[in-house]
Amino acid sequence: MAMSLMRPGGFSYSELANAGPVQHHFSPYTDNGGSIVAVAGKGFALIASDTRLSTGYSILTRDQPKLYDLNSNTVLGCSGCWCDVLSETRLIEARMKLYKHEHQKEMSPGAVAQMLATILYSRRFFPYYVSNVVAGLDANGQGVVYSYDPVGHCDQNLFHAGGSSGALLQPLLDNQIGLLNMEIKPTEPLTLERAKGIIKDVFISAAERDIYTGDGILLKIITKDGITQESMKLRHD
Amino acid sequence: MATGLAPEIPSGGFSFGNFQRNLSLEVQGLHPPKAIKTGTTICGLTFNNGVVLGADTRATAGNVVADKNCSKIHRLAPKIFCCGAGTAADTEMTTRNIESQLELLRLNMGREVPVVVANRLLKQMLFRYQGYVSAALVLGGVDKFGSHIYCIYPHGSTDKLPYATMGSGSLAAMAVFERGWKLDMDEAYAVQLVRDAIAAGITNDLGSGSNVDINIIRRDEPKTKIIRPYEEIGLRGKRHGKYTYQKGTTKVLETEVIPIVVEEEEVVQRMDED
Repeated sequence: MAMSLMRPGGFSYSELANAGPVQHHFSPYTDNGGSIVAVAGKGFALIASDTRLSTGYSILTRDQPKLYDLNSNTVLGCSGCWCDVLSETRLIEARMKLYKHEHQKEMSPGAVAQMLATILYSRRFFPYYVSNVVAGLDANGQGVVYSYDPVGHCDQNLFHAGGSSGALLQPLLDNQIGLLNMEIKPTEPLTLERAKGIIKDVFISAAERDIYTGDGILLKIITKDGITQESMKLRHD
Repeated sequence: MATGLAPEIPSGGFSFGNFQRNLSLEVQGLHPPKAIKTGTTICGLTFNNGVVLGADTRATAGNVVADKNCSKIHRLAPKIFCCGAGTAADTEMTTRNIESQLELLRLNMGREVPVVVANRLLKQMLFRYQGYVSAALVLGGVDKFGSHIYCIYPHGSTDKLPYATMGSGSLAAMAVFERGWKLDMDEAYAVQLVRDAIAAGITNDLGSGSNVDINIIRRDEPKTKIIRPYEEIGLRGKRHGKYTYQKGTTKVLETEVIPIVVEEEEVVQRMDED
Protein backbone atom coordinates (compact mmCIF):
# COMPACT_ATOMS: atom_id res chain seq x y z
CA MET A 1 0.00 0.00 0.00
CA ALA A 2 1.31 3.42 -0.87
CA MET A 3 2.76 5.47 1.95
CA SER A 4 0.22 8.11 2.77
CA LEU A 5 1.28 11.67 3.42
CA MET A 6 -1.75 12.15 5.68
CA ARG A 7 -1.74 11.08 9.27
CA PRO A 8 -2.40 7.30 9.12
CA GLY A 9 -6.03 6.37 9.53
CA GLY A 10 -7.08 9.91 10.37
CA PHE A 11 -9.22 12.40 8.54
CA SER A 12 -8.75 16.09 8.11
CA TYR A 13 -11.27 18.90 8.36
CA SER A 14 -9.18 21.08 6.09
CA GLU A 15 -9.39 18.41 3.39
CA LEU A 16 -13.17 18.61 3.55
CA ALA A 17 -13.07 22.40 3.44
CA ASN A 18 -10.70 22.57 0.49
CA ALA A 19 -12.49 19.92 -1.57
CA GLY A 20 -11.63 21.67 -4.80
CA PRO A 21 -9.39 20.45 -7.61
CA VAL A 22 -7.75 17.07 -6.92
CA GLN A 23 -3.97 17.11 -6.79
CA HIS A 24 -2.25 13.89 -7.75
CA HIS A 25 1.15 13.06 -6.36
CA PHE A 26 3.91 10.54 -6.97
CA SER A 27 3.86 7.91 -4.25
CA PRO A 28 6.78 5.55 -4.88
CA TYR A 29 7.02 3.90 -1.45
CA THR A 30 5.27 0.96 0.19
CA ASP A 31 5.69 -0.21 3.76
CA ASN A 32 6.27 -3.95 3.91
CA GLY A 33 6.65 -4.02 7.71
CA GLY A 34 8.99 -6.17 9.75
CA SER A 35 11.16 -5.57 12.81
CA ILE A 36 14.87 -5.80 13.60
CA VAL A 37 16.49 -6.13 17.04
CA ALA A 38 20.24 -6.13 17.65
CA VAL A 39 22.26 -6.50 20.86
CA ALA A 40 26.02 -6.15 21.37
CA GLY A 41 27.84 -7.88 24.21
CA LYS A 42 31.33 -8.82 25.38
CA GLY A 43 32.66 -11.07 22.62
CA PHE A 44 29.38 -11.39 20.74
CA ALA A 45 26.77 -9.53 18.73
CA LEU A 46 23.22 -10.69 18.07
CA ILE A 47 20.82 -9.50 15.41
CA ALA A 48 17.33 -10.82 14.72
CA SER A 49 14.46 -10.04 12.40
CA ASP A 50 10.95 -11.38 12.01
CA THR A 51 10.10 -13.30 8.84
CA ARG A 52 6.77 -11.71 7.84
CA LEU A 53 6.56 -9.59 4.70
CA SER A 54 3.28 -7.75 4.30
CA THR A 55 1.49 -5.02 2.41
CA GLY A 56 -1.56 -3.31 3.87
CA TYR A 57 -3.64 -5.99 5.57
CA SER A 58 -2.19 -8.82 3.42
CA ILE A 59 0.74 -11.15 4.10
CA LEU A 60 3.09 -11.53 1.11
CA THR A 61 5.14 -14.30 2.73
CA ARG A 62 5.61 -15.79 6.18
CA ASP A 63 9.22 -16.82 5.51
CA GLN A 64 11.39 -13.88 4.50
CA PRO A 65 14.15 -13.01 6.98
CA LYS A 66 15.51 -9.47 6.67
CA LEU A 67 19.14 -10.18 7.61
CA TYR A 68 22.17 -10.05 5.30
CA ASP A 69 25.56 -11.58 6.11
CA LEU A 70 27.89 -8.91 4.73
CA ASN A 71 31.07 -10.77 5.70
CA SER A 72 32.33 -13.18 8.36
CA ASN A 73 31.74 -10.74 11.22
CA THR A 74 29.12 -8.24 10.02
CA VAL A 75 25.36 -8.68 9.55
CA LEU A 76 22.94 -6.05 8.25
CA GLY A 77 19.25 -5.99 9.14
CA CYS A 78 16.83 -4.05 6.88
CA SER A 79 13.09 -3.52 7.10
CA GLY A 80 10.68 -1.09 5.49
CA CYS A 81 10.05 -0.73 1.75
CA TRP A 82 11.10 -4.17 0.46
CA CYS A 83 12.14 -3.04 -3.04
CA ASP A 84 14.40 -0.42 -1.45
CA VAL A 85 15.85 -3.13 0.83
CA LEU A 86 16.73 -5.20 -2.25
CA SER A 87 18.30 -2.26 -4.13
CA GLU A 88 20.20 -1.02 -1.11
CA THR A 89 21.64 -4.42 -0.15
CA ARG A 90 22.71 -5.08 -3.75
CA LEU A 91 24.50 -1.73 -3.81
CA ILE A 92 26.22 -2.47 -0.49
CA GLU A 93 27.32 -5.88 -1.77
CA ALA A 94 28.89 -4.29 -4.86
CA ARG A 95 30.60 -1.56 -2.87
CA MET A 96 32.04 -4.14 -0.47
CA LYS A 97 33.42 -6.13 -3.39
CA LEU A 98 35.11 -2.99 -4.77
CA TYR A 99 36.60 -2.31 -1.34
CA LYS A 100 37.94 -5.86 -1.11
CA HIS A 101 39.63 -5.71 -4.50
CA GLU A 102 41.09 -2.28 -3.84
CA HIS A 103 42.38 -2.92 -0.30
CA GLN A 104 42.92 -6.70 -0.35
CA LYS A 105 40.98 -7.17 2.90
CA GLU A 106 37.45 -7.49 4.25
CA MET A 107 35.64 -4.38 5.43
CA SER A 108 35.45 -3.95 9.21
CA PRO A 109 31.99 -3.38 10.73
CA GLY A 110 33.02 0.23 11.39
CA ALA A 111 33.91 0.75 7.73
CA VAL A 112 30.63 -0.84 6.62
CA ALA A 113 28.76 1.39 9.04
CA GLN A 114 30.38 4.55 7.69
CA MET A 115 29.85 3.48 4.08
CA LEU A 116 26.16 2.82 4.72
CA ALA A 117 25.72 6.32 6.15
CA THR A 118 27.32 7.77 3.00
CA ILE A 119 25.16 5.63 0.70
CA LEU A 120 21.98 6.64 2.51
CA TYR A 121 22.85 10.35 2.47
CA SER A 122 23.69 10.17 -1.24
CA ARG A 123 19.94 9.70 -1.71
CA ARG A 124 19.02 12.55 0.63
CA PHE A 125 16.08 13.76 -1.49
CA PHE A 126 14.83 10.36 -2.70
CA PRO A 127 15.79 8.15 0.23
CA TYR A 128 15.70 4.40 0.64
CA TYR A 129 12.62 3.90 2.85
CA VAL A 130 14.47 1.42 5.05
CA SER A 131 15.24 1.03 8.74
CA ASN A 132 18.87 -0.26 8.92
CA VAL A 133 20.74 -1.92 11.77
CA VAL A 134 24.33 -3.20 11.46
CA ALA A 135 25.72 -5.68 13.98
CA GLY A 136 29.25 -7.02 14.10
CA LEU A 137 32.47 -7.60 16.01
CA ASP A 138 35.06 -4.81 16.14
CA ALA A 139 38.87 -5.19 15.94
CA ASN A 140 39.00 -6.11 19.66
CA GLY A 141 36.37 -8.81 19.23
CA GLN A 142 33.69 -6.80 21.03
CA GLY A 143 30.13 -6.57 19.80
CA VAL A 144 29.00 -3.34 18.10
CA VAL A 145 25.61 -2.20 16.84
CA TYR A 146 24.98 0.72 14.49
CA SER A 147 21.50 2.09 13.81
CA TYR A 148 20.36 4.53 11.10
CA ASP A 149 17.58 6.82 10.05
CA PRO A 150 16.54 6.60 6.37
CA VAL A 151 18.75 9.52 5.28
CA GLY A 152 22.04 8.46 6.82
CA HIS A 153 22.27 9.53 10.43
CA CYS A 154 24.35 6.84 12.15
CA ASP A 155 24.43 6.01 15.83
CA GLN A 156 26.62 3.46 17.60
CA ASN A 157 24.71 1.61 20.31
CA LEU A 158 24.86 -1.43 22.57
CA PHE A 159 21.36 -2.42 21.49
CA HIS A 160 18.72 -1.21 19.08
CA ALA A 161 15.18 -2.03 17.93
CA GLY A 162 14.09 -0.89 14.47
CA GLY A 163 11.26 -1.40 12.00
CA SER A 164 7.53 -1.52 12.59
CA SER A 165 7.87 -2.57 16.25
CA GLY A 166 10.87 -0.33 16.98
CA ALA A 167 8.91 2.10 19.14
CA LEU A 168 7.31 -0.80 21.01
CA LEU A 169 10.55 -2.66 21.73
CA GLN A 170 13.18 0.02 22.36
CA PRO A 171 11.86 0.91 25.86
CA LEU A 172 11.93 -2.79 26.77
CA LEU A 173 15.57 -3.05 25.73
CA ASP A 174 16.39 0.24 27.50
CA ASN A 175 15.13 -1.32 30.71
CA GLN A 176 16.30 -4.94 30.39
CA ILE A 177 19.69 -4.36 28.72
CA GLY A 178 20.38 -0.68 29.35
CA LEU A 179 19.19 -1.23 32.95
CA LEU A 180 17.60 2.20 32.93
CA ASN A 181 15.39 3.40 35.77
CA MET A 182 16.58 0.72 38.19
CA GLU A 183 17.85 1.23 41.72
CA ILE A 184 18.98 -2.37 42.14
CA LYS A 185 20.79 -3.59 39.05
CA PRO A 186 22.16 -7.00 38.18
CA THR A 187 25.95 -6.86 38.57
CA GLU A 188 27.01 -9.62 36.18
CA PRO A 189 27.53 -8.57 32.54
CA LEU A 190 25.04 -9.55 29.84
CA THR A 191 25.60 -13.15 28.75
CA LEU A 192 24.98 -14.47 25.26
CA GLU A 193 22.24 -16.78 26.55
CA ARG A 194 20.39 -13.99 28.38
CA ALA A 195 20.66 -11.68 25.37
CA LYS A 196 19.21 -14.43 23.18
CA GLY A 197 16.36 -14.95 25.64
CA ILE A 198 15.55 -11.24 25.74
CA ILE A 199 15.53 -10.97 21.95
CA LYS A 200 13.18 -13.94 21.59
CA ASP A 201 10.92 -12.60 24.34
CA VAL A 202 10.66 -9.07 22.90
CA PHE A 203 9.68 -10.52 19.52
CA ILE A 204 6.97 -12.61 21.21
CA SER A 205 5.68 -9.38 22.78
CA ALA A 206 5.92 -7.46 19.47
CA ALA A 207 3.86 -10.15 17.70
CA GLU A 208 1.15 -9.64 20.33
CA ARG A 209 0.60 -5.96 19.56
CA ASP A 210 2.08 -5.12 16.13
CA ILE A 211 0.10 -6.49 13.20
CA TYR A 212 3.14 -6.24 10.88
CA THR A 213 5.37 -8.46 13.05
CA GLY A 214 4.83 -12.22 13.31
CA ASP A 215 5.13 -15.72 11.81
CA GLY A 216 8.72 -16.33 12.95
CA ILE A 217 12.19 -14.89 13.66
CA LEU A 218 15.69 -15.54 12.44
CA LEU A 219 18.48 -14.84 14.94
CA LYS A 220 22.13 -14.48 13.87
CA ILE A 221 24.86 -14.96 16.46
CA ILE A 222 28.19 -13.31 15.62
CA THR A 223 31.24 -14.48 17.59
CA LYS A 224 34.96 -14.81 16.81
CA ASP A 225 34.17 -18.27 15.44
CA GLY A 226 31.87 -16.83 12.78
CA ILE A 227 28.12 -16.50 12.29
CA THR A 228 25.59 -19.10 13.44
CA GLN A 229 21.83 -18.83 13.30
CA GLU A 230 18.70 -19.90 15.15
CA SER A 231 15.04 -19.57 14.34
CA MET A 232 11.83 -19.49 16.36
CA LYS A 233 8.12 -19.51 15.52
CA LEU A 234 5.85 -16.59 16.33
CA ARG A 235 2.06 -16.33 16.28
CA HIS A 236 0.78 -16.34 12.72
CA ASP A 237 -2.47 -14.33 13.07
CA MET B 1 -34.68 40.53 12.83
CA ALA B 2 -34.53 38.93 16.22
CA THR B 3 -36.07 41.03 18.96
CA GLY B 4 -37.06 40.29 22.51
CA LEU B 5 -40.71 40.14 21.51
CA ALA B 6 -40.25 37.96 18.46
CA PRO B 7 -37.17 35.82 18.99
CA GLU B 8 -35.70 34.10 15.97
CA ILE B 9 -36.67 30.46 15.95
CA PRO B 10 -33.65 28.27 15.38
CA SER B 11 -34.09 26.51 12.04
CA GLY B 12 -32.76 23.17 13.24
CA GLY B 13 -30.76 20.74 11.11
CA PHE B 14 -27.02 20.46 10.84
CA SER B 15 -24.96 23.27 12.37
CA PHE B 16 -21.88 24.34 10.46
CA GLY B 17 -20.62 26.34 13.46
CA ASN B 18 -18.44 23.50 14.72
CA PHE B 19 -17.02 23.01 11.25
CA GLN B 20 -15.45 26.46 11.33
CA ARG B 21 -14.27 25.89 14.89
CA ASN B 22 -12.69 22.52 14.03
CA LEU B 23 -10.99 24.07 11.01
CA SER B 24 -9.39 26.80 13.13
CA LEU B 25 -8.38 24.24 15.76
CA GLU B 26 -6.71 22.14 13.10
CA VAL B 27 -4.72 25.14 11.85
CA GLN B 28 -3.42 25.45 15.43
CA GLY B 29 -2.23 21.85 15.24
CA LEU B 30 -5.12 20.25 17.14
CA HIS B 31 -6.18 17.28 15.03
CA PRO B 32 -9.41 15.31 15.46
CA PRO B 33 -8.98 12.08 17.44
CA LYS B 34 -8.66 8.68 15.79
CA ALA B 35 -11.34 6.06 16.34
CA ILE B 36 -10.60 2.38 16.92
CA LYS B 37 -11.48 0.34 13.86
CA THR B 38 -12.15 -3.34 14.07
CA GLY B 39 -10.28 -4.62 11.03
CA THR B 40 -12.36 -7.69 11.18
CA THR B 41 -13.53 -11.04 9.86
CA ILE B 42 -17.22 -11.72 10.46
CA CYS B 43 -19.54 -14.16 8.73
CA GLY B 44 -22.83 -15.99 8.96
CA LEU B 45 -24.79 -18.72 7.18
CA THR B 46 -28.08 -20.56 7.38
CA PHE B 47 -28.32 -24.32 7.92
CA ASN B 48 -31.22 -26.77 8.15
CA ASN B 49 -32.06 -25.82 11.76
CA GLY B 50 -31.18 -22.14 12.07
CA VAL B 51 -28.19 -19.84 11.54
CA VAL B 52 -24.52 -19.80 12.59
CA LEU B 53 -22.66 -16.53 13.10
CA GLY B 54 -18.89 -16.22 13.53
CA ALA B 55 -16.37 -13.46 14.33
CA ASP B 56 -12.71 -12.96 15.19
CA THR B 57 -11.72 -11.01 18.34
CA ARG B 58 -9.02 -8.51 17.28
CA ALA B 59 -9.54 -4.73 17.46
CA THR B 60 -6.89 -2.49 15.89
CA ALA B 61 -5.96 1.20 16.08
CA GLY B 62 -3.72 1.73 13.04
CA ASN B 63 -0.99 -0.91 13.13
CA VAL B 64 -1.40 -1.58 16.85
CA VAL B 65 -3.65 -4.29 18.29
CA ALA B 66 -5.93 -2.36 20.66
CA ASP B 67 -7.86 -5.36 22.03
CA LYS B 68 -6.88 -9.01 21.69
CA ASN B 69 -10.22 -10.40 22.80
CA CYS B 70 -13.10 -8.08 21.93
CA SER B 71 -16.62 -9.30 21.32
CA LYS B 72 -18.03 -8.63 17.85
CA ILE B 73 -21.25 -10.68 18.04
CA HIS B 74 -23.99 -8.47 19.45
CA ARG B 75 -27.43 -9.49 20.73
CA LEU B 76 -30.44 -7.77 19.17
CA ALA B 77 -33.15 -10.11 20.46
CA PRO B 78 -33.18 -13.59 22.03
CA LYS B 79 -32.99 -15.20 18.59
CA ILE B 80 -31.55 -12.36 16.49
CA PHE B 81 -27.83 -11.57 16.66
CA CYS B 82 -25.58 -9.25 14.67
CA CYS B 83 -21.84 -9.34 13.90
CA GLY B 84 -20.21 -5.93 13.53
CA ALA B 85 -17.19 -4.65 11.58
CA GLY B 86 -15.99 -1.07 11.17
CA THR B 87 -15.57 1.59 13.85
CA ALA B 88 -15.92 -0.20 17.19
CA ALA B 89 -18.03 2.50 18.81
CA ASP B 90 -20.42 2.66 15.82
CA THR B 91 -21.10 -1.09 15.70
CA GLU B 92 -21.53 -1.24 19.46
CA MET B 93 -23.88 1.76 19.75
CA THR B 94 -25.87 0.96 16.59
CA THR B 95 -26.62 -2.60 17.69
CA ARG B 96 -27.47 -1.51 21.24
CA ASN B 97 -29.84 1.14 19.95
CA ILE B 98 -31.59 -1.29 17.62
CA GLU B 99 -31.77 -3.88 20.40
CA SER B 100 -33.75 -1.35 22.50
CA GLN B 101 -36.02 -0.43 19.58
CA LEU B 102 -36.77 -4.09 18.88
CA GLU B 103 -37.66 -4.77 22.50
CA LEU B 104 -39.99 -1.74 22.64
CA LEU B 105 -41.58 -2.90 19.41
CA ARG B 106 -42.11 -6.38 20.84
CA LEU B 107 -43.76 -4.97 23.96
CA ASN B 108 -45.99 -2.65 21.89
CA MET B 109 -47.11 -5.32 19.45
CA GLY B 110 -47.21 -8.20 21.89
CA ARG B 111 -45.48 -10.65 19.55
CA GLU B 112 -41.99 -11.71 18.53
CA VAL B 113 -40.33 -9.28 16.14
CA PRO B 114 -39.15 -10.91 12.90
CA VAL B 115 -35.61 -10.54 11.49
CA VAL B 116 -36.75 -8.37 8.53
CA VAL B 117 -37.67 -5.67 11.03
CA ALA B 118 -34.18 -5.65 12.55
CA ASN B 119 -32.77 -5.38 9.05
CA ARG B 120 -35.12 -2.52 8.13
CA LEU B 121 -34.38 -0.57 11.34
CA LEU B 122 -30.61 -0.97 10.84
CA LYS B 123 -30.59 0.05 7.17
CA GLN B 124 -32.85 3.06 7.73
CA MET B 125 -30.63 4.30 10.54
CA LEU B 126 -27.41 3.76 8.58
CA PHE B 127 -28.86 5.41 5.44
CA ARG B 128 -29.91 8.43 7.50
CA TYR B 129 -26.26 8.88 8.52
CA GLN B 130 -25.05 8.66 4.89
CA GLY B 131 -22.25 6.19 5.65
CA TYR B 132 -20.72 8.31 8.42
CA VAL B 133 -21.76 5.68 10.96
CA SER B 134 -19.23 3.12 9.80
CA ALA B 135 -20.88 -0.13 10.74
CA ALA B 136 -20.70 -3.11 8.37
CA LEU B 137 -22.94 -5.82 9.74
CA VAL B 138 -23.88 -9.44 9.28
CA LEU B 139 -27.34 -9.86 10.75
CA GLY B 140 -28.63 -13.35 11.50
CA GLY B 141 -31.66 -14.76 13.22
CA VAL B 142 -34.55 -17.13 13.35
CA ASP B 143 -38.27 -16.26 13.42
CA LYS B 144 -41.58 -17.89 12.48
CA PHE B 145 -40.77 -17.34 8.80
CA GLY B 146 -37.49 -19.26 8.90
CA SER B 147 -33.73 -18.64 9.20
CA HIS B 148 -32.25 -15.45 7.77
CA ILE B 149 -28.87 -13.85 7.09
CA TYR B 150 -28.60 -10.22 6.01
CA CYS B 151 -25.50 -8.35 4.93
CA ILE B 152 -25.75 -4.63 5.84
CA TYR B 153 -23.34 -2.03 4.44
CA PRO B 154 -22.42 1.25 6.17
CA HIS B 155 -24.40 3.36 3.65
CA GLY B 156 -27.59 1.39 4.30
CA SER B 157 -27.80 -1.08 1.45
CA THR B 158 -28.61 -4.66 2.41
CA ASP B 159 -28.49 -8.12 0.87
CA LYS B 160 -30.52 -11.14 1.96
CA LEU B 161 -28.23 -14.10 1.47
CA PRO B 162 -27.81 -17.75 2.46
CA TYR B 163 -24.22 -17.01 3.51
CA ALA B 164 -22.33 -13.73 4.00
CA THR B 165 -18.93 -12.36 5.08
CA MET B 166 -17.85 -8.84 6.05
CA GLY B 167 -14.81 -6.88 7.22
CA SER B 168 -11.20 -6.74 6.04
CA GLY B 169 -11.02 -10.56 6.22
CA SER B 170 -14.19 -11.02 4.16
CA LEU B 171 -12.32 -12.26 1.08
CA ALA B 172 -10.47 -14.96 3.01
CA ALA B 173 -13.70 -16.05 4.72
CA MET B 174 -15.75 -15.96 1.51
CA ALA B 175 -13.15 -18.13 -0.24
CA VAL B 176 -13.82 -20.81 2.40
CA PHE B 177 -17.61 -20.41 2.09
CA GLU B 178 -17.50 -20.67 -1.70
CA ARG B 179 -15.49 -23.88 -1.42
CA GLY B 180 -17.58 -25.56 1.27
CA TRP B 181 -21.14 -24.18 1.18
CA LYS B 182 -23.97 -26.57 0.33
CA LEU B 183 -27.74 -26.39 0.41
CA ASP B 184 -29.37 -27.87 3.55
CA MET B 185 -26.26 -28.30 5.71
CA ASP B 186 -26.45 -29.97 9.11
CA GLU B 187 -25.31 -28.13 12.23
CA ALA B 188 -21.91 -29.80 12.70
CA TYR B 189 -20.92 -29.11 9.10
CA ALA B 190 -22.19 -25.50 9.24
CA VAL B 191 -20.30 -24.73 12.47
CA GLN B 192 -17.10 -26.25 11.08
CA LEU B 193 -17.46 -24.17 7.90
CA VAL B 194 -17.92 -20.96 9.91
CA ARG B 195 -14.89 -21.85 12.07
CA ASP B 196 -12.77 -22.45 8.97
CA ALA B 197 -13.93 -19.16 7.42
CA ILE B 198 -13.05 -17.11 10.51
CA ALA B 199 -9.77 -19.02 10.95
CA ALA B 200 -8.89 -18.13 7.34
CA GLY B 201 -9.51 -14.47 8.14
CA ILE B 202 -7.50 -14.66 11.36
CA THR B 203 -4.43 -16.21 9.72
CA ASN B 204 -4.45 -14.37 6.38
CA ASP B 205 -5.77 -10.91 7.23
CA LEU B 206 -3.57 -8.69 9.42
CA GLY B 207 -6.64 -6.78 10.66
CA SER B 208 -8.10 -9.96 12.15
CA GLY B 209 -6.64 -12.16 14.86
CA SER B 210 -6.78 -14.05 18.16
CA ASN B 211 -9.90 -16.20 18.66
CA VAL B 212 -12.98 -17.52 16.87
CA ASP B 213 -16.33 -16.63 18.47
CA ILE B 214 -19.36 -18.55 17.28
CA ASN B 215 -23.08 -18.21 17.90
CA ILE B 216 -25.54 -20.93 16.90
CA ILE B 217 -29.19 -19.86 16.73
CA ARG B 218 -31.43 -22.94 16.50
CA ARG B 219 -35.06 -22.90 15.35
CA ASP B 220 -36.15 -25.34 18.06
CA GLU B 221 -34.50 -23.61 21.03
CA PRO B 222 -35.82 -20.44 22.67
CA LYS B 223 -32.43 -18.96 23.61
CA THR B 224 -28.82 -19.00 22.43
CA LYS B 225 -25.44 -18.18 23.90
CA ILE B 226 -22.30 -16.95 22.18
CA ILE B 227 -19.56 -19.58 22.41
CA ARG B 228 -16.63 -17.38 23.34
CA PRO B 229 -13.98 -18.42 22.59
CA TYR B 230 -15.00 -21.27 20.29
CA GLU B 231 -11.32 -21.75 19.42
CA GLU B 232 -8.06 -19.88 20.06
CA ILE B 233 -6.10 -19.52 16.81
CA GLY B 234 -3.38 -16.98 17.63
CA LEU B 235 -1.49 -18.33 20.62
CA ARG B 236 1.06 -16.38 22.66
CA GLY B 237 4.62 -17.68 22.56
CA LYS B 238 6.33 -18.97 25.71
CA ARG B 239 8.72 -16.59 27.44
CA HIS B 240 12.34 -17.65 27.92
CA GLY B 241 13.38 -15.31 30.75
CA LYS B 242 11.90 -14.06 34.01
CA TYR B 243 10.96 -10.40 34.25
CA THR B 244 10.06 -9.87 37.90
CA TYR B 245 11.87 -7.04 39.64
CA GLN B 246 13.53 -7.24 43.04
CA LYS B 247 11.78 -5.25 45.73
CA GLY B 248 13.23 -1.73 45.85
CA THR B 249 14.09 -1.56 42.13
CA THR B 250 11.93 1.53 41.69
CA LYS B 251 13.48 4.59 43.30
CA VAL B 252 11.42 6.24 46.02
CA LEU B 253 11.75 9.98 45.40
CA GLU B 254 9.66 11.25 48.26
CA THR B 255 7.57 9.85 51.08
CA GLU B 256 4.68 11.59 52.73
CA VAL B 257 2.35 9.99 55.21
CA ILE B 258 -1.10 11.49 55.54
CA PRO B 259 -2.78 9.95 58.58
CA ILE B 260 -6.46 9.23 58.44
CA VAL B 261 -8.00 11.30 61.23
CA VAL B 262 -10.77 9.45 62.98
CA GLU B 263 -13.04 11.70 64.98
CA GLU B 264 -15.12 10.14 67.64
CA GLU B 265 -18.39 11.71 68.62
CA GLU B 266 -20.69 10.39 71.30
CA VAL B 267 -24.37 11.08 70.99
CA VAL B 268 -26.49 10.19 73.99
CA GLN B 269 -30.12 9.83 73.21
CA ARG B 270 -32.48 9.74 76.08
CA MET B 271 -35.89 8.21 76.02
CA ASP B 272 -38.77 10.44 76.95
CA GLU B 273 -39.47 10.06 80.60
CA ASP B 274 -43.23 10.33 80.55
